[in-house]
Amino acid sequence: MKPTITGQPLARIDGHAKVTGAARYSAEVQISGVAYGVLVTSACARGRILAIETNDAEREPGVLAVITPKNALRLPDTKVPENDRVVQVLQDDRIVYSNQPVALVVAETLEGAMHAALLVKVHEEKEPATVRLDDEIKNAFEPEPQSASGKKSADQVRGDPARGLREAAMRIDETYQTPYETHNPLEPHATTAVWNGPDRLTVYDATQGVFGVRKKLAKMFALPTGNVRVLTKFVGGGFGCKGTPWSHVILAALAAKQVGRPVKLVLTRPQMFGMVGGRPLTRQRLSVGANKQGKLTALRHESVSTTSRFDDFLEPAASVSRHSYACENMATSHRLVRLDIATPTYMRAPGEATGGFALESAIDELAHALKMDPLALRLASYAETDPTEDKPFSSKSLRKCYAEGARRFGWAWNKRSPARADGMLVGVGMATSSYPAYFSKAEALARMLPDGTALVTSGAVDLGGGTYTVMSQVAADAIGLPMDRVRFDLGDSEMPEAPRSGGSQTAASCASAVLLAGRALRDKLVRMAVADAGSPLLGARPDEVLIENGRMTANGRTDSFADVVKRAGGAPVEERARAGPDEARKKWSLHSFGAQFVEVLVDPDLGHVRVKRLVGVFAGGRILNARLARSQLMGGMVWGIGMALHEETVYDEKIGRIMTRDLADYHVPAHADVQVIEPYFIEEEDVHVDPAGVKGIGEIGITGTAAAIANAVFNATGKRVRSLPITPDKLL
Amino acid sequence: MRLELRINGSVRSLEVEPLKRLLDVLREDLILTGTKEGCGEGECGACAVLLDGQLVNSCLVAVCQAAGASVVTIEGLSSSALTPLQRSFVECGGAQCGICTPGMIVAGQCFLDSGAAATDEAVREAIAGNLCRCTGYTKIVESIQHAARETR
Repeated sequence: MKPTITGQPLARIDGHAKVTGAARYSAEVQISGVAYGVLVTSACARGRILAIETNDAEREPGVLAVITPKNALRLPDTKVPENDRVVQVLQDDRIVYSNQPVALVVAETLEGAMHAALLVKVHEEKEPATVRLDDEIKNAFEPEPQSASGKKSADQVRGDPARGLREAAMRIDETYQTPYETHNPLEPHATTAVWNGPDRLTVYDATQGVFGVRKKLAKMFALPTGNVRVLTKFVGGGFGCKGTPWSHVILAALAAKQVGRPVKLVLTRPQMFGMVGGRPLTRQRLSVGANKQGKLTALRHESVSTTSRFDDFLEPAASVSRHSYACENMATSHRLVRLDIATPTYMRAPGEATGGFALESAIDELAHALKMDPLALRLASYAETDPTEDKPFSSKSLRKCYAEGARRFGWAWNKRSPARADGMLVGVGMATSSYPAYFSKAEALARMLPDGTALVTSGAVDLGGGTYTVMSQVAADAIGLPMDRVRFDLGDSEMPEAPRSGGSQTAASCASAVLLAGRALRDKLVRMAVADAGSPLLGARPDEVLIENGRMTANGRTDSFADVVKRAGGAPVEERARAGPDEARKKWSLHSFGAQFVEVLVDPDLGHVRVKRLVGVFAGGRILNARLARSQLMGGMVWGIGMALHEETVYDEKIGRIMTRDLADYHVPAHADVQVIEPYFIEEEDVHVDPAGVKGIGEIGITGTAAAIANAVFNATGKRVRSLPITPDKLL
Repeated sequence: MRLELRINGSVRSLEVEPLKRLLDVLREDLILTGTKEGCGEGECGACAVLLDGQLVNSCLVAVCQAAGASVVTIEGLSSSALTPLQRSFVECGGAQCGICTPGMIVAGQCFLDSGAAATDEAVREAIAGNLCRCTGYTKIVESIQHAARETR
């Protein structure tokens, strides 16, 4: 049956709740008897807690506990699950980064806890610490394969890159740097923990994945997984920092156990710098060679990124070079450097956002050196198949993205654009976008109720991208119901398991499971009808039954889902389905692609850059809802503007402390930074990627953007900025 | 101390610490959780409310400063039906994760009520104090302009 609702640009179904303030986020769940937790964090970046004076805080009325490493409940297990981040949960006196939790005040009221937290005096013994990459780069090491994205090895070589460079007519050999960044979703991290007896825990958490939170809590408190329930109905943005449970999640549960009360712990904005991850700093060397026609002869991409002393997070920045261009001679490598910082983590388009800046800048430099149109140079080395894995792409519409983007933008290659009459320098630039199409195991449950409405559940989350809406659309089509008779619910670890919402995989994974569960339910209802003596469809062949709006028709006779359920006794009829990658999927290289074109204005006196117009054309498989997808892409593209021009987490290199610890000092794009943003799609039918045909669009909008802007700044000013963000000082 | 506030049209008498943030009184004492906290220092505008008709960040207002005043939160903008501005936010895609949305709508409504022409520049200026991390802003500006066309 041809889908009719999936793909429609419907308004979000959670819109009403969000515009009225009725949507309840994790910090807003009302729990009777809840106490408030406020964290105290370390000043120094490395050292030991000598003593913590808690008397003044404890004497404050309403203070229930001041929890420090001295009196904190001992956790049965301090190890975290595999592929999860190490946390600092008051089990020892070590300080391993600045802004680490060292105490937790619990009080009857929020203001009481905030006030008492100010009265806690922490005495630290400082040890020499360094947060400077240059100080430690000599100790760079090759990370374990399992910490690299997609479990690929850190290094890959194909052909003979050294020879390819020697034989090139033109070479570029440059180093690019991307800074530390901090996600800063507008909703602060928040956890409310409720113990129902000594071994049953319920947690309301602002998370990108309820099952990961459940797993970590169950392990660290040594509870059966089924005894922990994690819920999140609305999440106010994540972008990666809510992907794994951090220290505060464990501490909320610990505190609730210790004081014997439910505890709500909300991080302050300054506490979100470090403790909940961020994008690591990357330094990337690109050595690229091409013949006179612009065909690549060699591509070498070496990336070094930072991690903490106690955990490995690898930013897979060089991976983007493995599948972007046709080139016989390629080498990519990743190295890690340990510093006295908190562990970084995934941040929107990990690897592709940072690596794409370096690669797409280098390609632009090469084009300029060859006096070639950068778009023509990209087309000269267009990869028809994946150059590293020697696999076909499951679908790739990048050529169309280039053409459509160039047409929409009015791309006309000039070596230097003329300045405007008012003296503003004008520049244009472009870059390629790409992001892998991830698909993880997901389950969904579809249930037909006696009133003829369906309830479909899967324990995914909705970070704001529109999971509630698109899953309802997919479910409605799969079952054969109108939208208003389907309800999709999510965000509860008691529901069928869905992957963490990250890596642009929720739509692909969850929609595939919903699709399969919905179809299975529909088929079951048809089978019940044709075998039911009370049904007008008795004896009909299931394949001749047509379904529309909850009614089944065959040979001029009709029955309804509601009647089938009622005749069967009235208990809901349900089907569960699982979707996930199979062996056949491994035959393909799976990526979304896109192209971004940008016009910038640069003030030659102030060095100020404005993005006047940003056009992006993206091919991400099937688009489930164009209205919501456009929003996602626009948001991603604006993140690209932030990455290019504004965002940087700045450390004081002497004391190892983040200096940009709020939204006044850490600059995210504001209204005035955004002018014309135009996202477009190239729709693709991809039967190999996943049952829903979806590649995901959450990340791709930010990929390539920063390079396109840097390339446009070069076009405007003749200055090549190889270290983000492009702040005015770099142009003066 | 005991003080009286007119919240969304009804008078509430409260026993509170005078220096408690208005934001916390709304969210924790009155369970009006539509008003959000994004930064706690007046940078993001997620906690915007109207105080005697003036747009303020409620994280920067001590509740004693609001004694006797009228406070309008996102919950007070509409009764049963959505306002044209709320409808526009749903229709135009002005809301994504939803945390900046209440503040954006309160600030946007304040702007619409001023009667100023909803030019691109004027709208951006009116919501300059509100940050959004999801939408990329364009659709928020469109939502306000769309509502301006509907209501004028």
